[in-house]
Amino acid sequence: MKLDLERVSLEYPNGVRAINQVSCGIDRSERVAIIGPSGAGKTTLLRLLATALRPTAGTLTVLGADPWRASRGELRRLRGRIGMVHQAPPIPPRQRVVTAVLAGRLGQWPAWRSLASLVYPLDMPGAERMLARMEIADKLFERCDQLSGGQLQRVGVARVLYQQPDLILTDEPVSAVDPALSDRIIGELNREAIERGVTLVASLHAVDLALHWFPRVIGVKGGEIAFDLPPVRISDAMLRELYASEMAQVPTQDYQPFETMVPGVRRKPVYF
Amino acid sequence: MAHADSALQPRDPAALPRLALTVLVLALLWPGFSLTEFDPAVLIDGRSRETMGKFVSTFFPLETSPGFLQLVARSTLETLAIATAGTVLAMLLAAPFALVITRSLSISRIGPGPGYWLGRILRLPARFAMMFFRSIPEIVWALLFVRAVGLGPAAGVLAIGVTYGGMLGKVYSEILESNDARPAAALLETGSGRTAAFFYGLWPVALPELVSYTVYRWECAVRASVIMGFVGAGGLGLQMELSMRMLNGGEISTILLVFLLLVMLADAVSAILRKVTA
Amino acid sequence: MRLVHWLVMSVLVAVAWASFGYLSLDLGRLFDREALAQMAKYAISFFPPDLSADYLVRIWQGTLETIAISAIGTVMAAVLGVVLALPAAGRFGAVPRVAARLVLNFLRSIPELVWAALMVMAAGLGPFAGTLGLAWHTAGVIGRLFAETLENASPEPAQALRLSGSRPSIAFLYGTMPNVVPQLIAYSLYRWEINIRMAAILGVVGAGGLGQMLYFSLSLFQQPQAMTVILAMLALVVIVDGASAWLRQRLAG
Repeated sequence: MKLDLERVSLEYPNGVRAINQVSCGIDRSERVAIIGPSGAGKTTLLRLLATALRPTAGTLTVLGADPWRASRGELRRLRGRIGMVHQAPPIPPRQRVVTAVLAGRLGQWPAWRSLASLVYPLDMPGAERMLARMEIADKLFERCDQLSGGQLQRVGVARVLYQQPDLILTDEPVSAVDPALSDRIIGELNREAIERGVTLVASLHAVDLALHWFPRVIGVKGGEIAFDLPPVRISDAMLRELYASEMAQVPTQDYQPFETMVPGVRRKPVYF
Repeated sequence: MAHADSALQPRDPAALPRLALTVLVLALLWPGFSLTEFDPAVLIDGRSRETMGKFVSTFFPLETSPGFLQLVARSTLETLAIATAGTVLAMLLAAPFALVITRSLSISRIGPGPGYWLGRILRLPARFAMMFFRSIPEIVWALLFVRAVGLGPAAGVLAIGVTYGGMLGKVYSEILESNDARPAAALLETGSGRTAAFFYGLWPVALPELVSYTVYRWECAVRASVIMGFVGAGGLGLQMELSMRMLNGGEISTILLVFLLLVMLADAVSAILRKVTA
Repeated sequence: MRLVHWLVMSVLVAVAWASFGYLSLDLGRLFDREALAQMAKYAISFFPPDLSADYLVRIWQGTLETIAISAIGTVMAAVLGVVLALPAAGRFGAVPRVAARLVLNFLRSIPELVWAALMVMAAGLGPFAGTLGLAWHTAGVIGRLFAETLENASPEPAQALRLSGSRPSIAFLYGTMPNVVPQLIAYSLYRWEINIRMAAILGVVGAGGLGQMLYFSLSLFQQPQAMTVILAMLALVVIVDGASAWLRQRLAG
């Protein structure tokens, strides 16, 4: 297994259990979507996989290694192969887009190259290409605080694409992007995963995006896995129960009511 | 995902301005190094290193002989006295000036009346005098007064009195102007003199602010008194200068320590006073 | 409350009275006829100021020297301040933090003039002593401010970069510095403005610039020359104030 959680729990010092005894395995080059109500633990799960958080119980294996038994150098190299797209891109406001994107490879570049790129960006065509895939190539030299929320999110995705990691994790990467564009972005992420044969784990707010693009969908509720199925086997009732505590409606990217194409017929995901 | 590579690598638009700015800053700083006779070697060259080493080692241990400590204690009291007397002198100077300058007490603004012409004539020169007093650094005043009235605390008191008089005058008038002018205006309109208008109209309201700023200035005066001592105006500063001339590191260390304690004490007293009179 | 006020006031008045007494300062004698006449004579000897071309050239050199002292001193202070601020912000652990903060406090508690006098002892008379004196004191001030800015800076950008495999030092440069550098530059410029004024007077202890010229001319009883120096100091302050106000307006607009 490339990614393996075995009875993993994460308990905060105040006793709250964000993740409760979760066991799950994800193979290399799988594409998995994680859905669930807010507060369910989607972000926590992703951060566990990103080695940002340490489980308080259970074993975690990422890219074939246990990150918390590795040496500092090994952990750093492991992290260089993991790319995380944050919901709110943690980019200093005054930094320019080109520097923010090129920062994706800081884990792989030697020190001199990182320092030099601060003074003069060393791979502008590369950054430009990734931004073009996110449809904001024209913002190459803008300052990040001049961008809208959606544009900033796309810069965050471009950064991870530039990093070319073996494991792509995304935490609600299109929450601020309009529906048509967000569909293309998720498509672009999937394309990247398939072409380079890498693993993609995406937590998504919009259920329709998840069911449309991913062959495997994990529903998370209350720190536990509610279901782990391909979209064809996920019923409306399961979805409604997943989101029961939160809202009357199952969330979608364009806020239209979530509906089956034809009553009684399950969804078919998009495969390439 | 076929992308035609741009024939030309995109050029960083920020590169040229950044380079120009860096070159400009360096060009401006470069002559500075020769102007300041910048020579770090002077601190660490072989010969002076030995003298330096010996000199630095004299800073420890601190000089604590009873005779010296008594001297330091007397100097500290002298510094406190200079600061206090100087601040009082400043207040005596500033108060009448502030009354003249403050527009809310301006009879001339309301119309003709007693003191109309006097007020108009005095206002501008008064402002100018205050500015002159406080623009010249207190240490320059101290130098001048030392030449005029001789070495010792008198020069310090006068220097603080003059400089801080200018500062207090300006701030007093600002405080008085920023407070509600209506009671004073009412009094002026019914014919009372400027002083009466002040005491019954403005004083009660403005007092806390006035006191607070004056106490803060006293705290600054304590520090300034020590510094002015370096040019002969008495107090701890004078003692430190003497110890420096004797190259007596131990005494310098003791005085420095006492200075730091004094500043902390003045800070605490000032904070308490300001809280009590708020 | 009223009673406390009156009590405090009377104590203050008593203290003020005691100060004059302690110093054996007889204000009456200080301002008596003879003393006033002497002071007036001294004051008049300052006019007219010496405005000869030769001397004005020397004044110009002194002014340049003063500005150079303030500029180089502030630059040195910024560098040293940054170096000390990193441990003072806790980047290397608890013990270096305490040690660095102690050093910074020590540096800034000692006034610039005292530092300058100490540096004259160490480096000899002249502008270098003034530069060093300014540098030590200002380093303490800038270092402390920079340490606080660092501690308050949001850690997320650097954390995210470390999470993608970056070395901590590089993550700091890419993630935290961009947030913090503008403030550092602005504060350094502000301190430079203050230091120009300081540099002008440090010279009275022999640390170069206009201050040293003033001290020499007063010691040699050359009052007209001293007056020119004082005028130059005033002019310098006015120009710097005006320039910085104009700059501030330009940048804010």
